[in-house]
Amino acid sequence: MATSESTNIKKIQVRRFKPDENPTSNYLTEERGLWAWMTTVDHKKIGWMYLGSIAIFFAVGGILALLLRTELLTPAQTFFTADAYNQLFTLHGAIMVFFFLVPSVPAALGNFILPLQLGCKDVAFPRVNLLSFYIYVVGALFTLFAIFTGGVDTGWTFYTPYSSSAAGGNVMAMTFGVFILGFSSILTGLNFIVTIHRMRAPGLTWNKLPLFLWALYATSIIQILATPVLAITLLLLTMERLLSIGIFDPALGGDPVLYQHFFWFYSHPAVYIMIVPGFGIISEIISTFSRKHIFGYWAIALSSLAIAFIGFLVWGHHMFVAGQSSLANLVFSFLTFLVGIPTGIKIFNWIATMYKGSIDLKTPMLYVMVFLFLFTIGGFTGIMLGALAVDIHLHDTYYVVAHFHYVMVGGMVMAFLGGLHYWWPKMTGKMYNEMWGRISCAIVFIGFNLTFLPQFVMGSLGMPRRYFNYLEQFQGYHVMSTYGSYILGLGFLMVLIYLTHSIFKGKKAPANPWQSRAMEWQAPSPPPLHNFEHTPVIIHGPYDYHKPMSEFQLGIAGSHNGHGHHEHETETKTVEADK
Amino acid sequence: MNRLSDFMLPDARSTFAGDVDALFNFINVVSLILLIGITIAIIYFAYKYRRKSEDETTPLITHNSKLEITWSVIPLILVIIVFGWGYNGYLNLTTAPDDAYEIRVVGKSWLWEFHYDTGFVSVNELHVPANQPVKLILSSDDVIHSLFIPEFRVKMDALPNRYTSLWFEATEPGEMTIYCTEYCGSAHSNMLADLYVHSQEDFQTWLETADAVDETLSPAELGQQLVQRQGCLACHSLDGSTLQGPSFEGIFGRDRELQDGSVVTIDENYLRQSIIEPNTQVAAGFPAIMPSYAGSLDDRQIDAIIEYLKTLD
Ligand code: HEC
Ligand code: HEM
Ligand SMILES: [Cu+2]
Ligand SMILES: [Cu+2]
Repeated sequence: MATSESTNIKKIQVRRFKPDENPTSNYLTEERGLWAWMTTVDHKKIGWMYLGSIAIFFAVGGILALLLRTELLTPAQTFFTADAYNQLFTLHGAIMVFFFLVPSVPAALGNFILPLQLGCKDVAFPRVNLLSFYIYVVGALFTLFAIFTGGVDTGWTFYTPYSSSAAGGNVMAMTFGVFILGFSSILTGLNFIVTIHRMRAPGLTWNKLPLFLWALYATSIIQILATPVLAITLLLLTMERLLSIGIFDPALGGDPVLYQHFFWFYSHPAVYIMIVPGFGIISEIISTFSRKHIFGYWAIALSSLAIAFIGFLVWGHHMFVAGQSSLANLVFSFLTFLVGIPTGIKIFNWIATMYKGSIDLKTPMLYVMVFLFLFTIGGFTGIMLGALAVDIHLHDTYYVVAHFHYVMVGGMVMAFLGGLHYWWPKMTGKMYNEMWGRISCAIVFIGFNLTFLPQFVMGSLGMPRRYFNYLEQFQGYHVMSTYGSYILGLGFLMVLIYLTHSIFKGKKAPANPWQSRAMEWQAPSPPPLHNFEHTPVIIHGPYDYHKPMSEFQLGIAGSHNGHGHHEHETETKTVEADK
Repeated sequence: MNRLSDFMLPDARSTFAGDVDALFNFINVVSLILLIGITIAIIYFAYKYRRKSEDETTPLITHNSKLEITWSVIPLILVIIVFGWGYNGYLNLTTAPDDAYEIRVVGKSWLWEFHYDTGFVSVNELHVPANQPVKLILSSDDVIHSLFIPEFRVKMDALPNRYTSLWFEATEPGEMTIYCTEYCGSAHSNMLADLYVHSQEDFQTWLETADAVDETLSPAELGQQLVQRQGCLACHSLDGSTLQGPSFEGIFGRDRELQDGSVVTIDENYLRQSIIEPNTQVAAGFPAIMPSYAGSLDDRQIDAIIEYLKTLD
């Protein structure tokens, strides 16, 4: 890709545009009012609407988690009945996966940052962007409807034949909600891919693309290719329940394991939808706060793509004990290990980036360090689960619960929080409180490990997953885990409080508080409605910390600048551009 | 290394377990070493290269192919070892010896039935001989269940539309718990069974006498034994609390409202019908999930259960 396009060399007159430190108007001051927000096509506002929605879902899912953990303080019934417990974990899982994690980084942070990093005004299809948000909302409404009309107790995996025959409650509304939601995901992915291909600022060649965008690009590919499979699967499930057409239910002549194949064909790639964008954030933060060129740019960029592709071929590792043939198990186990390699490569490259850096342990960087530690544990325990003989023992126990929480919470949620703090000044124009940021990060770290480390132990000891009732020998671990979850909950609550507080009372943020070289930091904080008052021109990569800042603030000389009282040092640069 | 597995794994009681544990330990130890290395590197770099002044500059290091290859190839070798080891162990688990003693296992929401070659069926109780390969052939009557014996390191799904199997050889007599590990609804976490490993002689004796009726028992006593052994107590309590089904406390002579709105008085006929064809008379407010016991209980046994239920007031 890089070579074929970099042949177009163009001469452009550029001059320096310093970001305005005191913008009189920005995207928040324009187009105000509820209606303007609801009908906006501005990617930044849409990003905020997603952020608000996923924050609500995270809070709901988190409260459900705390209820679950509280119930597990004692064996048998503490507060809830078994059926209530089963509904709670189903909702917790489904909300966290479909309504929080999948849209978290791409749709919320990605929407805000992607056009800024590309140096363009908006995504390629701004209206479609708004449409995806409303599709998401409709999907969410269906889910709420399902909750209030009987609940769902199938687990977020909706395994047949339980989900197609035995399960009570409103499975139909829930799967339909998830079905609708999928379209939101597909449209966002499509939008991002087209935007990255078509809307890069002059000079922004593929080899200068920020790694966050490479990650979003890889994620979008998965979203477009995998989500339709989920949609079709859920549609088949619906047809079976409504019209009694036998597809998965053996009583009607179907095959329940077929459902598992379909489901995981989406849901395994989906776990990469949930983690790859996080990888992108880590690359951005670690380079900025080490003030150093990222180590192994291509290794990191291409490993995201490698993960995206191999990730499509490993779904069978969820079915090692579902009666799959030994040959299938052999192949799936092997491919699973192969996915581990690009992931390991990333970790090593990130750590190498810190080497000889100038490291500033601000909150985003602390979250990166927490990410590296927790995600590494998540990865190693994934290797454990990929080893066939061991997985037979560990499958469907709390070991798996601990593993995926280490990956999804310890990995993605930490990356998300890191990214949120990192871009907070850009998004709000305000600085969050650094001290509270660091304290909460420490509390989250302690709470997280206290919650999920004991689960590895009880899982290996044989405690099965999705158990309302358990044998007394496991109680000590459950109690520890529950107390840990309270600490973790406190940590998240603190983040919510000081971030909200900073919107109203925070210090004003400069345009580039971290002295980053990436494009989004060359716009004012918060950016104007159309991001840049000029057409940015890019001559260096986003990690070229050895080049002076002035060379990152270039724009086409003729292009308009709202506040033209800056020094005019027009010069002519040779820029690689593909248009 | 053994300390770790003593702490994290249940006792190893099958011939298969040792190999699994060794791999478990190997992965844990290698991971731990790497994790400690990575953590030390992060903390050391964060300290050594902490920012000392605002206008610090850093050297330009963009990549290093030798390093890149090293840290791709070494993990690759490690995972190939783990893969081969894991697959090998798995093959042992799936290929049962020809002389294995076969037991049919049926999962039903929410109990386990074990069918022995004598025709005897035990519910929620599995008896096996030690030091002899045993093969369990699994299937399900309804949704997917999964049979898990932690001490043996074995697990296999029980599917409704086909047979699956697992095998093990217990190394010593003892008692253990069998779990259902595939989520199957309300009482999933109560779908446990007791596993008794006998010495081979004891197992033979058990098998021969399991069917025999203890003539000294009164019908009510026999009924009590059956109610315990047939898994009724997973769904019916004796103390008035509601589990999946109505409590047995004071059941006889009580009025029962049925799903269709009619009210009947619980008598012998109703009880009998409820056990043989539970779905013909479904108690109001309860799901029709009780498995039918037609075929697994004979007339004398059903009479005994009824006698026992009469005594509960
Ligand atoms: C899987 C759970 C389950 C098991 C195991 C089970 N039952 Fe039931 N049983 C139910 C449910 C649910 C009902 C109420 C719905 C119905 O009437 O079918 C019920 C109803 C009954 C009734 C009618 C009670 C009433 O108050 O109307 C009797 C009698 C009964 N069961 C006896 C037994 C006996 C005896 C056994 C063991 C041999 C047994 N059940 C095992 C779930 C179970
Ligand atoms: C706030 C801390 C959290 C706690 C204390 C927590 C706790 C739990 C508990 C107790 C279960 C049920 C396990 C079982 O019964 O077998 C569970 C399941 C699950 N959790 Fe969490 N969780 C937390 C955060 C998250 C987050 C942030 C995500 C994803 C982003 C997540 C995703 C899941 C999923 C997918 C399941 C599986 C549900 C299922 O088994 O169907 N959790 N969690
Ligand atoms: Cu997977
Ligand atoms: Cu179960």
